[in-house]
Amino acid sequence: MIQKTKSISIRIEGELTPTREGKTILEAARDAGRVIPTLCHLDGLDDVGACRLCVVEVGGSGRLAPACTTPVQDGLSVVIHSPRLEAYRRMIVELLLAERNHVCAVCVSNGHCELQALATSLGVTSVRFPYRYPKLAVDLSQERYVLDHNRCILCSRCVRVCADVEGVHVWDMMGRGVNSRIVSELDQPWAEAASCTHCGKCVAACPTGALAEKGRAVEEMTKRTEAVALAAAHKGAQR
Amino acid sequence: MSKIKLATMWLDGCSGCHMSLLDLDEGLLALAPRIELVYSPLVDASAFPEGVDVALVEGAVSSLEDVHRLRTARTRSRLLVALGDCATTGNVPAMRNTVPVPALLERVYVEGAEANRGIPHDGVPELAPQARPLHEFVKVDVHLPGCPPPPKLILAALIDLLDKRTPKLAEVKFG
Repeated sequence: MIQKTKSISIRIEGELTPTREGKTILEAARDAGRVIPTLCHLDGLDDVGACRLCVVEVGGSGRLAPACTTPVQDGLSVVIHSPRLEAYRRMIVELLLAERNHVCAVCVSNGHCELQALATSLGVTSVRFPYRYPKLAVDLSQERYVLDHNRCILCSRCVRVCADVEGVHVWDMMGRGVNSRIVSELDQPWAEAASCTHCGKCVAACPTGALAEKGRAVEEMTKRTEAVALAAAHKGAQR
Repeated sequence: MSKIKLATMWLDGCSGCHMSLLDLDEGLLALAPRIELVYSPLVDASAFPEGVDVALVEGAVSSLEDVHRLRTARTRSRLLVALGDCATTGNVPAMRNTVPVPALLERVYVEGAEANRGIPHDGVPELAPQARPLHEFVKVDVHLPGCPPPPKLILAALIDLLDKRTPKLAEVKFG
């Protein structure tokens, strides 16, 4: 593909970094081999800035912006690691852990979970906020897969992969704030969602144990998130 | 050099964290000359003594008795360590938290029992409405998550604490 966008440069941690117009700060940083933690981002899907883990400081004032949805501008200065940013990122992970029942010890995704791995890499060893311990449903109606709302972090990767890559849009978000949850079609049991093709892309895209294959025991659910990028690239080629 | 007074306490947990502590293997030999185990499910001491240097507490807080025991440990210890996921997050014991206590006891001891049906009352502490982590009740100095925390992590943290250093907790994970 011919690159038609204009070459520009930004400063990341003070260092001049060449990039192109139309890229996001996250893309520019990753192109330069820098790591910004993410959770709702998945290669192959459009970014929505849902989780806020990729928050960075931009401009001279240090205004906060999500790297995944903020476009680069020529001369933009970006800080991706600072004590303030690390503190916010830890706080986000703690709030996610406190919001629902992430009982890692008995989770199918224990050891393969992006939320658990982020807690480890950010040095989260406890949660300062009171755990909510909400009562949440587990949808076992589907023949091959399970939806466990206890482990869901509302990243919407399942919603996006189903709508944009599989082209179906079985999943969507219902409710607001702490009452938000993922629903299939018009809030029906998954098995009754007639549009579902049983493709499993939502399961592959899910960063936690919220969507899993049936019959997996603790620690057994590994995800093939890279398959999503491949499927998205394939779809792009078909367009 | 006088020995460090170590205490361990078992609240609402499965004892797996204590098993992990015993699983230090030869690490125990390195620790033994430096510590005196003054209170623990592993030794014969009925009361939590005064002047404890380091207290390791396993398990969530699930009853008023747990609260009293934890507060005693806190008051009488210089450093208090939350040992494992139950002490740190509530973990498996907290999975009952959405079920009202009477319904929970009915399900386990009446519906779920094949013999001697009936909810026990004598000699057992009354369950609190929820199982909750230690730091919601007392100040916790160090959290060692894990289910159980790996022996290597416990040993490294204990050695740091004995040497009066803040434990460096890299690669610590829940679950």
